[in-house]
Order: sequence, then C-alpha cells, then structure tokens
Amino acid sequence: MPDSFKKKLKLKVSAINNGTVIDHIPSENLFKVISILGLQKVKSQITFGFNFESEKMGSKAIIKVSDVFFEDDEINKISLIARNAKLNIIRDYEVVEKRVVEVPDKVIGIVKCFNPKCITNNEEITTYFNVISKKPLDLKCKYCEKITHEHQMVIK
Amino acid sequence: MKKKDLISITDYSKEDYLRILELAADFEKNPNQRLLEGKVVASLFFEPSTRTRLSFETAINRLGGRIIGFSDAGSSSVSKGETLHDTIRMVSNYVDLIVMRHHLEGSARYAAEVADVPVINAGDGANQHPTQTLLDMYSILKTQGTLDNINIFMIGDLKYGRTVHSLLMALSEFEKPIFNFIAPEELAMPEEYKLFLKEKGIRFFEHTEINDNINHADIIYMTRVQKERFMDPIEYEKVKNVYILKNNMLKDTKSNMRILHPLPRINEIHPDVDKNEKAYYFTQAKNGVYTRQAIISHILNLK
Repeated sequence: MPDSFKKKLKLKVSAINNGTVIDHIPSENLFKVISILGLQKVKSQITFGFNFESEKMGSKAIIKVSDVFFEDDEINKISLIARNAKLNIIRDYEVVEKRVVEVPDKVIGIVKCFNPKCITNNEEITTYFNVISKKPLDLKCKYCEKITHEHQMVIK
Repeated sequence: MKKKDLISITDYSKEDYLRILELAADFEKNPNQRLLEGKVVASLFFEPSTRTRLSFETAINRLGGRIIGFSDAGSSSVSKGETLHDTIRMVSNYVDLIVMRHHLEGSARYAAEVADVPVINAGDGANQHPTQTLLDMYSILKTQGTLDNINIFMIGDLKYGRTVHSLLMALSEFEKPIFNFIAPEELAMPEEYKLFLKEKGIRFFEHTEINDNINHADIIYMTRVQKERFMDPIEYEKVKNVYILKNNMLKDTKSNMRILHPLPRINEIHPDVDKNEKAYYFTQAKNGVYTRQAIISHILNLK
C-alpha cells in the first residue's frame, strides 16, 4: 500500500481522545458487531468505517467508540463473527493497551441452534451453548444437546 | 435444596444409577408401596406414547399417587396456541412432579428451568429418554448379575436411535464394557460416540452383518429402523429389512445371553424368537415400571 494511501486511510477515520478502537472486523459483519455490542444505544461519539482494504483480510471494518471501555465478557461476544478483531484502548490519544478477542466458554444468545427441532427455534428462548471446541468452533446446545459447527453458525 | 430432575442420562452419576437400580429391585419384590400418597403427579404427553405413558402411570398408581394430565397435545391448551413455558408454569403450581414427553428436542431441559417442581423427561424428540436407559440397565443387571465386563451388540439404527446412544454413555461408566455395532452404513454409530469410546479407552468393533460374531454377546440390543427419521423414503426402503434376528441364528449364542429391544418392534426380531428363553424384551418392558417407581422415589426422596 503506498504511503499516501495509508495517510488517506488514517484521515478517513478520525482519531479519538479516550475510548476503544476495534480493528480487523470482517466488513460483512460490521453491523452484527454493532448490534451485539449494543452500540446503537451508546450516547458518545462513534465512528465506523468499512470496506477498507486489508492485506490480511481483503476487506475490513473498524469502529472507534469514544469514552467506552469494554469488559472482557462483553467484547468476547464478538469473537464468533470477528475472530481476528483487535482492540486498542486509547487514553489521551495514546494507545495504552492492545487486546485480542477470545472465544468464551459459553455463548449465550447471539447464535441460533442449527437444529430446526430444537425448542429454542420454536419458542421465545435465549439460546445457550457450551463451547466444546474453539478452533474450529463447535457449540453444544444446552437444550437439544446437538452440536452447531462453525460452518452451520447463524447469528440471531 | 436444589430440586432433582432427570432430563439426560449424563445428568446422573454412577452412584445415582446404582441407587436407582437398587430401589428398582426393591419395588420388584414389593411393587405396591404407597409412598406417593397425597401427592399429585402431572403426566404431560404433548406427543402420544402409549407404552411410556402407561408404564409411568402404572408406576405412579402403584406408589399411591394421583395423576393429572393429557395423553396428546390435541386435548390440551397447546392446541389453542399456549406456549410450553406457560403450560409448565401453570401445571407446576398444581403438582409435586412433572413427567413429560414432547416432540421438540431440549423441551424437557427448558421445562425443568421453568418449573418449580422436579421434571422427568419421558422423551424429547430424538434427543433423550433417560428412563428407558435406566430400565435397560436394570434389565442387564438382572440378567447378567453385573454391569461390569458386558459384551453388548447393538444392532439396527445406531445413527438416530437415542436409546443406544444413552445406553452407550451409561455403560461406559462401568468396568470394561465391549461394544459391537452392527448397522448399515447409512445408520452407523455416529463419530462423536466412537470418539467418546476411544477417549475413554473402551473397546468397540463395527460389523456389517449378523453372523456367528453374536456368539460372543452377553446382550443383543435390537433397535427399530424408524421411517420418520428418513427424509427420503427410498433410503428407508433400502435399509428397513437389512437386519432381522431369527431363532436359528441363536443356537450357538452364550447361555447367559439375552435379547433386549426398547419396543415397539416391527420386523427386526422374527416372532419365532419370542419362544426362545433368550428373548427378554417383554420382561424388559415390565422392568420399566419398577425402574420408574425407583426413579420417582429417588427424585422425590421418598426412600
């Protein structure tokens, strides 16, 4: 990538004073990430961009949230759809901490059970999975006990 | 105190199994024990299952309990569109115990979360049917005198048959079982169970036909190939007649060997086997009543 373009890219998404930058989100999942983190309800300034060129991912999205710092439990929810997301914690325009997201041991809500005969697909029930493998991702439904594999995963 | 439910066979430990089997033997000696006197049990069969329902209701009656409920969803408020959640919330206000059967998988686990009283799963779709597993174990214990070192042949539909999966998990808690699987390729034992056995270091063998290999068996566990499990009726027609157990196949089998079947059978055990003393499936069904008396007593701490 030429330097001039890098500069331009930086300009496209303005820097934040304090808050969290979530980088390396697959572009197609940006809106799901926003929804999972409930960012539509956040009152502070949020900038996001997508379809940015990425050497590793082809196309990536980025979110910058001012004055919001996420707990691990909260941010790990996005690991299912943004496996390689990276967090930069910003204080006073400086990156003070870098974090990666991790697949949690339990996944509550977010994912649909792949089994059409599961009670969670037939009645208003929050899904609940125990993660039995993180790579590739295998989720065992607490209710029907069937395993939803990564390629079958549908986000609610 | 946390309420005890029975939703999945793996919810219980080996100690629980042994306690229930000990109680079942006690109920077999003395079936009429009025331990449920003054108690009401809900028997909620959202999906009809005459055999299982009658077995449970007999168990409850022999314990002196009263029963409320329905035998199919058509005669309940479900036909008016009531959710499982609301039905269970309401019924759990009335009774001391809920026995339920439902066609949706995971429905029993969910009901147990919603109800204030214990729930016994009498079958949730293709998922779990733990009281069947316990009565199978009781039948093995009674005929073999032990649950250790059992050489069991599972024959028929090993892919969709929930009873074989649960029995496999339960027997794996005991000393050195040997599993033999006989099924057509389309209905073979799923990888996840074979992996489970490998991880536990338990021996298993796969065969494609019934021949003199069954002469090593202590238990032959036959299952029915269920038409409703097949998307494609042609696939069902291809496999439905593959494994049929006939009396002349049994002449060199071990004297202690017994044939189990969760019933109903279609054609997988020829009627000429019924006269053979090794045919145990009808007694197995009878054992179901004692085992269910034992399960209810264990859950409600009646004994």
